[in-house]
Amino acid sequence: MARTRSSRSILPGFGLSLGFTLAYLGLIVLVPLSAAFLKTAGMSWHEFTEAVASPRVVAAYRLSFGASLAAGFVNMVFGLIVAWVLVRYSFPGKRIVDALVDLPFALPTAVAGIALTSLYASNGWVGRWLAPLGIKVAFTWTGVFVALTFIGLPFVVRTVQPVLQELEPEIEEAASTLGATRRQTVTRILLPELMPSLLTGFALAFARALGEYGSVVFISGNMPMKTEIVPLLIITKLEQYDYRGATAIAVVMLVSSFILLLLINLLQKWSRRYHTI
Amino acid sequence: MSIATTAPFTTRQARTVPPRATRDPAWARWTLTAVALAFLAFFLVLPLVVVFAEAFSKGAAFFMATIREPDARSAIWLTLFTVAIAVPANVVFGIAAAWAIAKFRFPGKSLLTTLIDLPFAVSPVISGLVYVLVFGAQGWLGPWLIDHNVRIIFAVPGIVLATVFVTFPFVARELIPLMQAQGTDEEYSAVTLGANGWQTFWRVTLPNIRWGLFYGVILCNARAMGEFGAVSVVSGHIRGETNTMPLHVEILYNEYNSAGAFAVASLLALLALVTLVVKSAIEWRQNAAP
Repeated sequence: MARTRSSRSILPGFGLSLGFTLAYLGLIVLVPLSAAFLKTAGMSWHEFTEAVASPRVVAAYRLSFGASLAAGFVNMVFGLIVAWVLVRYSFPGKRIVDALVDLPFALPTAVAGIALTSLYASNGWVGRWLAPLGIKVAFTWTGVFVALTFIGLPFVVRTVQPVLQELEPEIEEAASTLGATRRQTVTRILLPELMPSLLTGFALAFARALGEYGSVVFISGNMPMKTEIVPLLIITKLEQYDYRGATAIAVVMLVSSFILLLLINLLQKWSRRYHTI
Repeated sequence: MSIATTAPFTTRQARTVPPRATRDPAWARWTLTAVALAFLAFFLVLPLVVVFAEAFSKGAAFFMATIREPDARSAIWLTLFTVAIAVPANVVFGIAAAWAIAKFRFPGKSLLTTLIDLPFAVSPVISGLVYVLVFGAQGWLGPWLIDHNVRIIFAVPGIVLATVFVTFPFVARELIPLMQAQGTDEEYSAVTLGANGWQTFWRVTLPNIRWGLFYGVILCNARAMGEFGAVSVVSGHIRGETNTMPLHVEILYNEYNSAGAFAVASLLALLALVTLVVKSAIEWRQNAAP
Protein backbone atom coordinates (compact mmCIF):
# COMPACT_ATOMS: atom_id res chain seq x y z
CA MET A 1 0.00 0.00 0.00
CA ALA A 2 1.28 3.48 -0.81
CA ARG A 3 2.61 5.33 2.18
CA THR A 4 3.89 8.31 0.27
CA ARG A 5 1.09 10.72 1.24
CA SER A 6 0.29 9.41 4.66
CA SER A 7 -0.87 12.81 5.83
CA ARG A 8 -3.86 12.66 3.52
CA SER A 9 -5.95 9.65 4.30
CA ILE A 10 -6.01 5.90 4.24
CA LEU A 11 -9.08 6.03 2.06
CA PRO A 12 -8.27 5.14 -1.50
CA GLY A 13 -9.43 6.92 -4.59
CA PHE A 14 -8.25 10.46 -3.89
CA GLY A 15 -6.19 10.80 -7.01
CA LEU A 16 -8.84 9.25 -9.21
CA SER A 17 -11.77 11.22 -7.85
CA LEU A 18 -10.03 14.56 -7.68
CA GLY A 19 -8.42 14.09 -11.06
CA PHE A 20 -11.71 13.20 -12.70
CA THR A 21 -13.46 16.06 -10.94
CA LEU A 22 -10.95 18.63 -12.09
CA ALA A 23 -10.83 17.30 -15.63
CA TYR A 24 -14.62 17.22 -15.99
CA LEU A 25 -15.00 20.64 -14.37
CA GLY A 26 -12.31 22.07 -16.60
CA LEU A 27 -13.62 20.65 -19.85
CA ILE A 28 -17.31 21.20 -19.32
CA VAL A 29 -17.35 24.48 -17.38
CA LEU A 30 -14.08 26.34 -17.24
CA VAL A 31 -12.82 26.05 -20.81
CA PRO A 32 -16.11 27.08 -22.45
CA LEU A 33 -16.58 29.97 -20.00
CA SER A 34 -13.08 31.22 -20.65
CA ALA A 35 -13.90 31.24 -24.37
CA ALA A 36 -16.23 34.17 -23.76
CA PHE A 37 -13.60 36.18 -21.91
CA LEU A 38 -10.83 35.38 -24.35
CA LYS A 39 -12.97 36.40 -27.26
CA THR A 40 -13.69 39.80 -25.78
CA ALA A 41 -10.05 40.18 -24.81
CA GLY A 42 -9.38 40.20 -28.53
CA MET A 43 -11.60 43.22 -29.03
CA SER A 44 -10.33 46.75 -28.70
CA TRP A 45 -11.82 48.94 -25.99
CA HIS A 46 -13.60 50.98 -28.61
CA GLU A 47 -15.22 47.94 -30.14
CA PHE A 48 -16.18 46.63 -26.73
CA THR A 49 -17.85 49.81 -25.53
CA GLU A 50 -19.63 50.17 -28.83
CA ALA A 51 -21.02 46.67 -28.52
CA VAL A 52 -22.01 47.11 -24.92
CA ALA A 53 -23.15 50.72 -24.70
CA SER A 54 -25.29 51.15 -27.77
CA PRO A 55 -28.82 52.44 -27.00
CA ARG A 56 -30.53 49.16 -27.75
CA VAL A 57 -28.22 47.25 -25.45
CA VAL A 58 -28.52 49.81 -22.68
CA ALA A 59 -32.31 49.65 -22.96
CA ALA A 60 -32.11 45.89 -22.62
CA TYR A 61 -29.87 46.16 -19.54
CA ARG A 62 -32.27 48.62 -17.99
CA LEU A 63 -35.19 46.29 -18.56
CA SER A 64 -33.43 43.18 -17.31
CA PHE A 65 -31.91 44.78 -14.21
CA GLY A 66 -34.93 46.93 -13.41
CA ALA A 67 -37.54 44.22 -13.75
CA SER A 68 -35.36 41.75 -11.84
CA LEU A 69 -34.91 44.23 -8.98
CA ALA A 70 -38.63 44.94 -8.81
CA ALA A 71 -39.52 41.25 -8.94
CA GLY A 72 -36.93 40.58 -6.25
CA PHE A 73 -38.51 43.14 -3.93
CA VAL A 74 -41.99 41.79 -4.41
CA ASN A 75 -40.72 38.30 -3.75
CA MET A 76 -38.93 39.52 -0.64
CA VAL A 77 -42.15 40.91 0.83
CA PHE A 78 -44.50 38.12 -0.20
CA GLY A 79 -41.89 35.43 0.27
CA LEU A 80 -41.50 36.50 3.89
CA ILE A 81 -45.27 36.36 4.38
CA VAL A 82 -45.50 32.92 2.77
CA ALA A 83 -42.59 31.58 4.82
CA TRP A 84 -44.13 33.02 8.01
CA VAL A 85 -47.49 31.47 7.29
CA LEU A 86 -45.97 28.10 6.40
CA VAL A 87 -43.82 27.95 9.52
CA ARG A 88 -46.05 29.52 12.15
CA TYR A 89 -49.61 28.78 11.21
CA SER A 90 -51.45 25.63 10.30
CA PHE A 91 -54.27 25.14 7.89
CA PRO A 92 -55.63 22.23 5.89
CA GLY A 93 -53.49 21.37 2.91
CA LYS A 94 -50.42 23.13 4.27
CA ARG A 95 -48.10 20.32 3.20
CA ILE A 96 -49.34 20.50 -0.35
CA VAL A 97 -48.91 24.26 -0.41
CA ASP A 98 -45.41 23.85 0.96
CA ALA A 99 -44.52 21.40 -1.81
CA LEU A 100 -46.12 23.62 -4.43
CA VAL A 101 -43.81 26.52 -3.59
CA ASP A 102 -41.08 24.68 -5.46
CA LEU A 103 -43.10 24.63 -8.69
CA PRO A 104 -41.09 27.39 -10.40
CA PHE A 105 -37.98 25.30 -9.78
CA ALA A 106 -39.43 22.19 -11.33
CA LEU A 107 -41.50 23.60 -14.18
CA PRO A 108 -39.71 24.03 -17.50
CA THR A 109 -39.29 27.70 -18.31
CA ALA A 110 -40.92 27.43 -21.72
CA VAL A 111 -44.06 25.96 -20.16
CA ALA A 112 -44.19 28.76 -17.60
CA GLY A 113 -43.64 31.27 -20.38
CA ILE A 114 -46.55 30.22 -22.54
CA ALA A 115 -48.83 29.73 -19.54
CA LEU A 116 -48.17 33.24 -18.23
CA THR A 117 -48.57 34.76 -21.70
CA SER A 118 -51.84 32.95 -22.16
CA LEU A 119 -53.09 34.16 -18.78
CA TYR A 120 -52.19 37.81 -19.20
CA ALA A 121 -52.95 38.38 -22.86
CA SER A 122 -55.91 40.65 -23.51
CA ASN A 123 -58.23 37.69 -23.94
CA GLY A 124 -56.61 35.60 -21.24
CA TRP A 125 -58.15 34.51 -17.97
CA VAL A 126 -56.57 37.41 -16.08
CA GLY A 127 -55.95 39.79 -18.94
CA ARG A 128 -59.61 40.06 -19.80
CA TRP A 129 -60.32 41.55 -16.37
CA LEU A 130 -57.50 44.05 -16.67
CA ALA A 131 -58.12 45.13 -20.26
CA PRO A 132 -61.25 47.23 -19.53
CA LEU A 133 -59.20 49.01 -16.86
CA GLY A 134 -56.67 49.90 -19.50
CA ILE A 135 -53.99 47.71 -17.92
CA LYS A 136 -51.92 45.79 -20.42
CA VAL A 137 -49.68 43.13 -18.99
CA ALA A 138 -48.62 40.84 -21.81
CA PHE A 139 -46.06 42.31 -24.21
CA THR A 140 -45.15 45.09 -21.81
CA TRP A 141 -42.62 45.72 -19.06
CA THR A 142 -45.29 44.61 -16.59
CA GLY A 143 -45.44 41.20 -18.21
CA VAL A 144 -41.70 40.78 -17.81
CA PHE A 145 -42.04 41.78 -14.16
CA VAL A 146 -44.82 39.22 -13.58
CA ALA A 147 -42.82 36.43 -15.20
CA LEU A 148 -39.74 37.24 -13.13
CA THR A 149 -41.82 37.28 -9.95
CA PHE A 150 -43.02 33.77 -10.76
CA ILE A 151 -39.47 32.61 -11.33
CA GLY A 152 -38.05 34.08 -8.13
CA LEU A 153 -40.90 33.05 -5.85
CA PRO A 154 -39.31 30.00 -4.20
CA PHE A 155 -35.96 31.59 -3.47
CA VAL A 156 -36.93 33.90 -0.63
CA VAL A 157 -39.38 31.40 0.84
CA ARG A 158 -36.81 28.61 0.92
CA THR A 159 -34.04 30.72 2.42
CA VAL A 160 -36.23 32.25 5.13
CA GLN A 161 -38.10 29.09 6.11
CA PRO A 162 -35.27 27.21 7.82
CA VAL A 163 -34.20 30.32 9.72
CA LEU A 164 -37.74 30.94 10.93
CA GLN A 165 -38.04 27.35 12.00
CA GLU A 166 -34.90 27.52 14.07
CA LEU A 167 -35.91 30.69 15.89
CA GLU A 168 -36.48 29.89 19.52
CA PRO A 169 -39.74 31.03 21.07
CA GLU A 170 -37.80 31.97 24.22
CA ILE A 171 -36.54 35.10 22.47
CA GLU A 172 -40.06 36.31 21.83
CA GLU A 173 -41.25 35.33 25.26
CA ALA A 174 -38.36 37.23 26.82
CA ALA A 175 -39.24 40.30 24.78
CA SER A 176 -42.82 40.03 25.86
CA THR A 177 -42.01 39.75 29.54
CA LEU A 178 -39.84 42.84 29.16
CA GLY A 179 -42.88 44.74 27.97
CA ALA A 180 -42.69 44.62 24.19
CA THR A 181 -45.94 44.56 22.25
CA ARG A 182 -46.33 41.88 19.61
CA ARG A 183 -45.59 44.40 16.90
CA GLN A 184 -42.41 45.57 18.61
CA THR A 185 -41.29 41.98 19.01
CA VAL A 186 -41.80 41.34 15.33
CA THR A 187 -40.23 44.49 13.99
CA ARG A 188 -37.35 44.95 16.43
CA ILE A 189 -36.40 41.39 17.27
CA LEU A 190 -37.56 39.00 14.58
CA LEU A 191 -37.08 40.99 11.39
CA PRO A 192 -33.43 41.81 12.10
CA GLU A 193 -32.85 38.11 12.77
CA LEU A 194 -34.37 37.30 9.40
CA MET A 195 -32.65 40.06 7.46
CA PRO A 196 -29.56 38.06 6.34
CA SER A 197 -31.66 35.25 4.95
CA LEU A 198 -34.09 37.72 3.37
CA LEU A 199 -31.25 39.46 1.61
CA THR A 200 -29.75 36.15 0.52
CA GLY A 201 -33.08 35.10 -0.94
CA PHE A 202 -33.43 38.44 -2.66
CA ALA A 203 -29.97 38.15 -4.19
CA LEU A 204 -30.68 34.60 -5.38
CA ALA A 205 -34.00 35.63 -6.92
CA PHE A 206 -32.36 38.65 -8.53
CA ALA A 207 -29.52 36.59 -9.97
CA ARG A 208 -31.93 34.05 -11.40
CA ALA A 209 -34.19 36.70 -12.86
CA LEU A 210 -31.30 38.49 -14.59
CA GLY A 211 -30.46 35.52 -16.75
CA GLU A 212 -33.95 34.19 -17.24
CA TYR A 213 -34.94 33.52 -20.82
CA GLY A 214 -37.67 30.92 -21.35
CA SER A 215 -40.31 32.31 -19.01
CA VAL A 216 -39.87 35.86 -20.20
CA VAL A 217 -39.35 35.63 -23.92
CA PHE A 218 -42.97 34.73 -24.67
CA ILE A 219 -44.68 37.34 -22.54
CA SER A 220 -42.33 40.19 -23.28
CA GLY A 221 -43.08 40.70 -26.95
CA ASN A 222 -39.40 41.34 -27.63
CA MET A 223 -39.68 44.82 -29.08
CA PRO A 224 -36.22 46.36 -29.32
CA MET A 225 -35.70 49.35 -27.04
CA LYS A 226 -38.90 48.54 -25.18
CA THR A 227 -39.35 44.98 -24.09
CA GLU A 228 -36.19 43.23 -25.15
CA ILE A 229 -34.38 41.43 -22.37
CA VAL A 230 -30.63 40.94 -22.50
CA PRO A 231 -30.65 37.15 -23.12
CA LEU A 232 -32.88 37.67 -26.12
CA LEU A 233 -30.59 40.39 -27.44
CA ILE A 234 -27.69 37.95 -27.22
CA ILE A 235 -29.60 35.39 -29.27
CA THR A 236 -30.59 38.02 -31.84
CA LYS A 237 -26.98 39.01 -32.30
CA LEU A 238 -25.97 35.37 -32.62
CA GLU A 239 -28.52 34.84 -35.35
CA GLN A 240 -27.04 37.80 -37.18
CA TYR A 241 -23.62 36.19 -36.79
CA ASP A 242 -22.44 39.13 -34.69
CA TYR A 243 -20.48 36.82 -32.40
CA ARG A 244 -18.35 39.63 -30.99
CA GLY A 245 -21.31 41.76 -30.05
CA ALA A 246 -23.09 38.84 -28.48
CA THR A 247 -20.02 37.79 -26.52
CA ALA A 248 -19.35 41.33 -25.31
CA ILE A 249 -22.85 41.60 -23.90
CA ALA A 250 -22.53 38.12 -22.42
CA VAL A 251 -19.28 39.02 -20.66
CA VAL A 252 -20.94 41.97 -18.92
CA MET A 253 -23.71 39.64 -17.74
CA LEU A 254 -21.17 37.02 -16.64
CA VAL A 255 -19.22 39.54 -14.59
CA SER A 256 -22.46 40.75 -12.94
CA SER A 257 -23.43 37.15 -12.20
CA PHE A 258 -20.06 36.38 -10.64
CA ILE A 259 -20.22 39.48 -8.49
CA LEU A 260 -23.69 38.44 -7.41
CA LEU A 261 -22.45 34.92 -6.66
CA LEU A 262 -19.70 36.37 -4.49
CA LEU A 263 -22.23 38.61 -2.74
CA ILE A 264 -24.53 35.66 -2.11
CA ASN A 265 -21.70 33.61 -0.63
CA LEU A 266 -20.78 36.48 1.67
CA LEU A 267 -24.42 36.93 2.69
CA GLN A 268 -24.68 33.24 3.49
CA LYS A 269 -21.53 33.41 5.59
CA TRP A 270 -22.95 36.41 7.47
CA SER A 271 -26.20 34.60 7.95
CA ARG A 272 -24.46 31.52 9.32
CA ARG A 273 -22.42 33.60 11.73
CA TYR A 274 -25.64 34.99 13.16
CA HIS A 275 -26.91 31.56 13.94
CA THR A 276 -24.04 29.76 15.54
CA ILE A 277 -24.52 31.94 18.60
CA MET B 1 -55.11 32.04 36.17
CA SER B 2 -56.04 31.22 39.75
CA ILE B 3 -52.60 32.34 40.80
CA ALA B 4 -53.30 35.79 39.43
CA THR B 5 -56.45 36.23 41.46
CA THR B 6 -55.17 34.82 44.72
CA ALA B 7 -51.62 36.17 44.76
CA PRO B 8 -51.06 39.04 47.16
CA PHE B 9 -49.90 41.33 44.38
CA THR B 10 -50.84 41.17 40.72
CA THR B 11 -48.61 43.25 38.52
CA ARG B 12 -49.91 44.98 35.47
CA GLN B 13 -47.78 42.65 33.39
CA ALA B 14 -49.32 39.54 34.86
CA ARG B 15 -52.72 40.71 33.64
CA THR B 16 -51.71 41.87 30.14
CA VAL B 17 -49.24 39.20 28.96
CA PRO B 18 -51.22 36.83 26.70
CA PRO B 19 -51.21 33.15 27.60
CA ARG B 20 -48.62 32.44 24.92
CA ALA B 21 -46.37 35.38 24.12
CA THR B 22 -45.47 33.95 20.75
CA ARG B 23 -48.96 33.94 19.29
CA ASP B 24 -50.04 36.53 16.77
CA PRO B 25 -53.49 38.06 17.16
CA ALA B 26 -56.24 36.26 15.27
CA TRP B 27 -56.84 39.05 12.78
CA ALA B 28 -53.15 38.97 11.82
CA ARG B 29 -53.18 35.21 11.41
CA TRP B 30 -56.20 35.24 9.15
CA THR B 31 -55.01 38.18 7.05
CA LEU B 32 -51.50 36.86 6.54
CA THR B 33 -52.72 33.37 5.69
CA ALA B 34 -55.22 34.79 3.23
CA VAL B 35 -52.61 37.03 1.63
CA ALA B 36 -50.09 34.21 1.36
CA LEU B 37 -52.59 31.76 -0.11
CA ALA B 38 -53.97 34.33 -2.53
CA PHE B 39 -50.46 35.19 -3.71
CA LEU B 40 -49.59 31.54 -4.24
CA ALA B 41 -52.89 30.75 -5.90
CA PHE B 42 -52.49 33.63 -8.28
CA PHE B 43 -48.86 33.09 -9.15
CA LEU B 44 -48.48 29.32 -8.94
CA VAL B 45 -51.77 27.51 -9.21
CA LEU B 46 -53.30 29.63 -11.93
CA PRO B 47 -50.52 29.08 -14.49
CA LEU B 48 -50.54 25.37 -13.74
CA VAL B 49 -54.28 25.14 -14.26
CA VAL B 50 -54.18 27.05 -17.51
CA VAL B 51 -51.61 24.63 -18.95
CA PHE B 52 -53.90 21.67 -18.55
CA ALA B 53 -57.05 23.57 -19.44
CA GLU B 54 -55.62 24.84 -22.70
CA ALA B 55 -54.09 21.46 -23.49
CA PHE B 56 -57.49 19.83 -23.57
CA SER B 57 -59.37 22.84 -24.93
CA LYS B 58 -59.80 21.13 -28.30
CA GLY B 59 -60.62 17.78 -26.86
CA ALA B 60 -58.73 14.66 -26.00
CA ALA B 61 -58.51 13.47 -29.61
CA PHE B 62 -56.63 16.59 -30.67
CA PHE B 63 -54.36 16.14 -27.66
CA MET B 64 -53.44 12.60 -28.62
CA ALA B 65 -53.00 13.55 -32.28
CA THR B 66 -50.55 16.31 -31.33
CA ILE B 67 -48.50 13.98 -29.17
CA ARG B 68 -48.40 11.32 -31.86
CA GLU B 69 -47.21 13.64 -34.62
CA PRO B 70 -43.78 12.60 -35.96
CA ASP B 71 -42.14 15.90 -35.00
CA ALA B 72 -43.53 15.65 -31.49
CA ARG B 73 -42.38 12.05 -31.18
CA SER B 74 -38.85 12.87 -32.28
CA ALA B 75 -38.80 15.82 -29.87
CA ILE B 76 -39.81 13.51 -27.03
CA TRP B 77 -37.22 10.97 -28.08
CA LEU B 78 -34.46 13.59 -28.30
CA THR B 79 -35.33 14.92 -24.84
CA LEU B 80 -35.19 11.44 -23.34
CA PHE B 81 -31.95 10.65 -25.15
CA THR B 82 -30.34 13.86 -23.89
CA VAL B 83 -31.42 13.14 -20.33
CA ALA B 84 -30.17 9.55 -20.57
CA ILE B 85 -26.68 10.87 -21.24
CA ALA B 86 -26.58 14.09 -19.22
CA VAL B 87 -27.95 12.77 -15.94
CA PRO B 88 -25.67 9.71 -15.56
CA ALA B 89 -22.64 11.80 -16.58
CA ASN B 90 -23.41 14.37 -13.92
CA VAL B 91 -24.13 11.63 -11.38
CA VAL B 92 -20.68 10.14 -11.91
CA PHE B 93 -19.17 13.60 -11.61
CA GLY B 94 -21.22 14.42 -8.52
CA ILE B 95 -20.13 11.25 -6.76
CA ALA B 96 -16.47 11.77 -7.69
CA ALA B 97 -16.51 15.41 -6.58
CA ALA B 98 -18.32 14.64 -3.33
CA TRP B 99 -15.91 11.78 -2.57
CA ALA B 100 -12.87 13.99 -3.11
CA ILE B 101 -14.26 16.95 -1.21
CA ALA B 102 -15.92 15.17 1.69
CA LYS B 103 -13.47 12.42 2.50
CA PHE B 104 -10.12 14.12 2.08
CA ARG B 105 -8.34 17.28 3.12
CA PHE B 106 -6.68 19.45 0.53
CA PRO B 107 -6.21 23.16 -0.09
CA GLY B 108 -8.61 25.00 -2.35
CA LYS B 109 -11.71 23.07 -1.33
CA SER B 110 -14.00 26.07 -1.07
CA LEU B 111 -12.72 27.41 -4.38
CA LEU B 112 -13.56 24.07 -5.95
CA THR B 113 -17.05 24.12 -4.47
CA THR B 114 -17.63 27.63 -5.77
CA LEU B 115 -16.42 26.64 -9.23
CA ILE B 116 -18.82 23.70 -9.22
CA ASP B 117 -21.63 26.15 -8.50
CA LEU B 118 -20.71 28.35 -11.46
CA PRO B 119 -23.27 26.99 -13.95
CA PHE B 120 -26.01 28.05 -11.54
CA ALA B 121 -24.89 31.64 -11.85
CA VAL B 122 -24.67 31.65 -15.63
CA SER B 123 -27.68 32.56 -17.73
CA PRO B 124 -28.91 29.62 -19.86
CA VAL B 125 -28.46 31.61 -23.07
CA ILE B 126 -24.86 32.37 -22.16
CA SER B 127 -24.34 28.68 -21.37
CA GLY B 128 -25.30 27.88 -24.93
CA LEU B 129 -23.29 30.79 -26.31
CA VAL B 130 -20.01 29.62 -24.81
CA TYR B 131 -20.41 26.22 -26.44
CA VAL B 132 -21.03 27.90 -29.78
CA LEU B 133 -17.84 29.86 -29.19
CA VAL B 134 -15.88 26.66 -28.71
CA PHE B 135 -17.50 24.25 -31.15
CA GLY B 136 -19.22 26.53 -33.64
CA ALA B 137 -18.06 27.09 -37.20
CA GLN B 138 -16.19 30.21 -36.15
CA GLY B 139 -15.19 28.77 -32.83
CA TRP B 140 -11.91 27.44 -31.51
CA LEU B 141 -12.47 23.90 -32.71
CA GLY B 142 -14.64 24.92 -35.63
CA PRO B 143 -12.21 24.38 -38.49
CA TRP B 144 -10.98 21.06 -37.06
CA LEU B 145 -14.54 19.81 -36.67
CA ILE B 146 -15.47 20.81 -40.20
CA ASP B 147 -12.40 19.06 -41.58
CA HIS B 148 -13.36 15.87 -39.78
CA ASN B 149 -17.02 16.22 -40.69
CA VAL B 150 -18.12 16.23 -37.07
CA ARG B 151 -21.15 18.36 -36.26
CA ILE B 152 -21.58 19.41 -32.67
CA ILE B 153 -23.38 22.73 -32.77
CA PHE B 154 -26.77 22.58 -34.48
CA ALA B 155 -26.73 18.84 -33.91
CA VAL B 156 -27.50 16.43 -31.11
CA PRO B 157 -24.05 16.40 -29.44
CA GLY B 158 -24.26 20.16 -28.89
CA ILE B 159 -27.64 19.79 -27.24
CA VAL B 160 -26.29 17.09 -24.93
CA LEU B 161 -23.24 19.18 -24.01
CA ALA B 162 -25.29 22.29 -23.27
CA THR B 163 -27.64 20.24 -21.12
CA VAL B 164 -24.70 18.71 -19.23
CA PHE B 165 -23.38 22.21 -18.52
CA VAL B 166 -26.68 23.53 -17.25
CA THR B 167 -27.38 20.57 -14.96
CA PHE B 168 -23.77 20.24 -13.87
CA PRO B 169 -24.03 21.16 -10.17
CA PHE B 170 -27.27 19.46 -9.17
CA VAL B 171 -26.04 16.08 -8.00
CA ALA B 172 -22.76 17.41 -6.59
CA ARG B 173 -24.55 20.08 -4.55
CA GLU B 174 -26.75 17.45 -2.93
CA LEU B 175 -24.00 14.95 -2.21
CA ILE B 176 -21.22 17.22 -0.95
CA PRO B 177 -22.91 18.48 2.23
CA LEU B 178 -24.48 15.09 2.79
CA MET B 179 -21.21 13.22 2.62
CA GLN B 180 -19.47 15.89 4.66
CA ALA B 181 -22.06 15.53 7.38
CA GLN B 182 -21.70 11.76 7.35
CA GLY B 183 -17.97 11.96 7.91
CA THR B 184 -15.39 9.30 7.24
CA ASP B 185 -15.72 6.96 10.20
CA GLU B 186 -17.59 4.21 8.45
CA GLU B 187 -15.28 4.26 5.47
CA TYR B 188 -12.22 4.12 7.71
CA SER B 189 -13.66 1.12 9.52
CA ALA B 190 -14.32 -0.62 6.23
CA VAL B 191 -10.77 -0.04 5.01
CA THR B 192 -9.23 -1.23 8.25
CA LEU B 193 -11.35 -4.35 7.96
CA GLY B 194 -9.79 -5.01 4.59
CA ALA B 195 -12.17 -3.57 2.02
CA ASN B 196 -10.69 -2.06 -1.09
CA GLY B 197 -11.84 1.25 -2.55
CA TRP B 198 -14.71 -0.05 -4.68
CA GLN B 199 -16.07 -2.28 -1.96
CA THR B 200 -15.98 0.59 0.49
CA PHE B 201 -17.85 2.78 -1.91
CA TRP B 202 -20.50 0.29 -3.02
CA ARG B 203 -21.26 -1.27 0.32
CA VAL B 204 -20.66 1.50 2.82
CA THR B 205 -20.94 4.93 1.19
CA LEU B 206 -23.57 4.35 -1.44
CA PRO B 207 -26.27 2.98 0.86
CA ASN B 208 -25.77 5.99 3.12
CA ILE B 209 -26.14 8.54 0.38
CA ARG B 210 -28.84 6.82 -1.65
CA TRP B 211 -31.66 9.21 -0.77
CA GLY B 212 -29.54 12.31 -1.35
CA LEU B 213 -28.40 10.78 -4.61
CA PHE B 214 -31.96 10.03 -5.67
CA TYR B 215 -33.00 13.59 -4.77
CA GLY B 216 -30.17 15.05 -6.84
CA VAL B 217 -31.06 12.79 -9.77
CA ILE B 218 -34.69 13.91 -9.67
CA LEU B 219 -33.75 17.59 -9.71
CA CYS B 220 -31.12 17.05 -12.39
CA ASN B 221 -33.62 15.16 -14.51
CA ALA B 222 -36.32 17.83 -14.19
CA ARG B 223 -33.94 20.57 -15.19
CA ALA B 224 -32.45 18.56 -18.04
CA MET B 225 -35.79 17.76 -19.60
CA GLY B 226 -37.04 21.32 -19.32
CA GLU B 227 -33.95 23.24 -20.38
CA PHE B 228 -34.88 25.80 -22.97
CA GLY B 229 -32.51 28.75 -23.25
CA ALA B 230 -29.22 26.91 -23.60
CA VAL B 231 -30.60 24.30 -25.96
CA SER B 232 -32.31 26.99 -28.00
CA VAL B 233 -28.95 28.58 -28.76
CA VAL B 234 -27.11 25.41 -29.79
CA SER B 235 -29.85 23.49 -31.47
CA GLY B 236 -30.55 25.09 -34.82
CA HIS B 237 -34.25 24.29 -34.35
CA ILE B 238 -34.32 21.72 -37.12
CA ARG B 239 -37.71 20.07 -36.93
CA GLY B 240 -37.62 16.36 -36.44
CA GLU B 241 -33.91 16.40 -35.75
CA THR B 242 -32.66 18.90 -33.24
CA ASN B 243 -35.79 19.89 -31.39
CA THR B 244 -36.32 18.91 -27.79
CA MET B 245 -39.74 19.04 -26.15
CA PRO B 246 -39.44 22.62 -24.88
CA LEU B 247 -38.29 23.77 -28.30
CA HIS B 248 -41.19 21.93 -29.90
CA VAL B 249 -43.55 23.73 -27.54
CA GLU B 250 -42.08 27.01 -28.73
CA ILE B 251 -42.54 26.08 -32.39
CA LEU B 252 -46.15 25.08 -31.93
CA TYR B 253 -46.88 28.22 -29.93
CA ASN B 254 -45.31 30.49 -32.53
CA GLU B 255 -47.46 28.85 -35.17
CA TYR B 256 -50.52 29.89 -33.18
CA ASN B 257 -51.25 26.25 -32.47
CA SER B 258 -51.94 27.12 -28.86
CA ALA B 259 -53.74 23.92 -27.94
CA GLY B 260 -50.97 21.84 -29.49
CA ALA B 261 -48.26 23.78 -27.69
CA PHE B 262 -50.03 23.30 -24.38
CA ALA B 263 -50.58 19.63 -25.12
CA VAL B 264 -46.83 19.01 -25.28
CA ALA B 265 -46.32 21.48 -22.43
CA SER B 266 -48.73 19.52 -20.26
CA LEU B 267 -46.47 16.48 -20.52
CA LEU B 268 -43.63 18.60 -19.16
CA ALA B 269 -45.91 20.06 -16.48
CA LEU B 270 -46.88 16.55 -15.48
CA LEU B 271 -43.21 15.71 -15.14
CA ALA B 272 -42.80 18.80 -12.93
CA LEU B 273 -45.63 17.65 -10.67
CA VAL B 274 -44.17 14.15 -10.41
CA THR B 275 -40.82 15.73 -9.54
CA LEU B 276 -42.45 17.77 -6.78
CA VAL B 277 -44.22 14.74 -5.37
CA VAL B 278 -41.07 12.61 -5.32
CA LYS B 279 -39.06 15.50 -3.88
CA SER B 280 -41.57 16.05 -1.08
CA ALA B 281 -41.79 12.34 -0.36
CA ILE B 282 -38.03 12.13 0.08
CA GLU B 283 -37.99 15.21 2.30
CA TRP B 284 -40.77 13.93 4.54
CA ARG B 285 -39.00 10.62 4.79
CA GLN B 286 -35.76 12.28 5.78
CA ASN B 287 -37.47 14.47 8.34
CA ALA B 288 -39.31 11.52 9.82
CA ALA B 289 -36.32 9.21 10.16
CA PRO B 290 -33.23 11.06 11.45
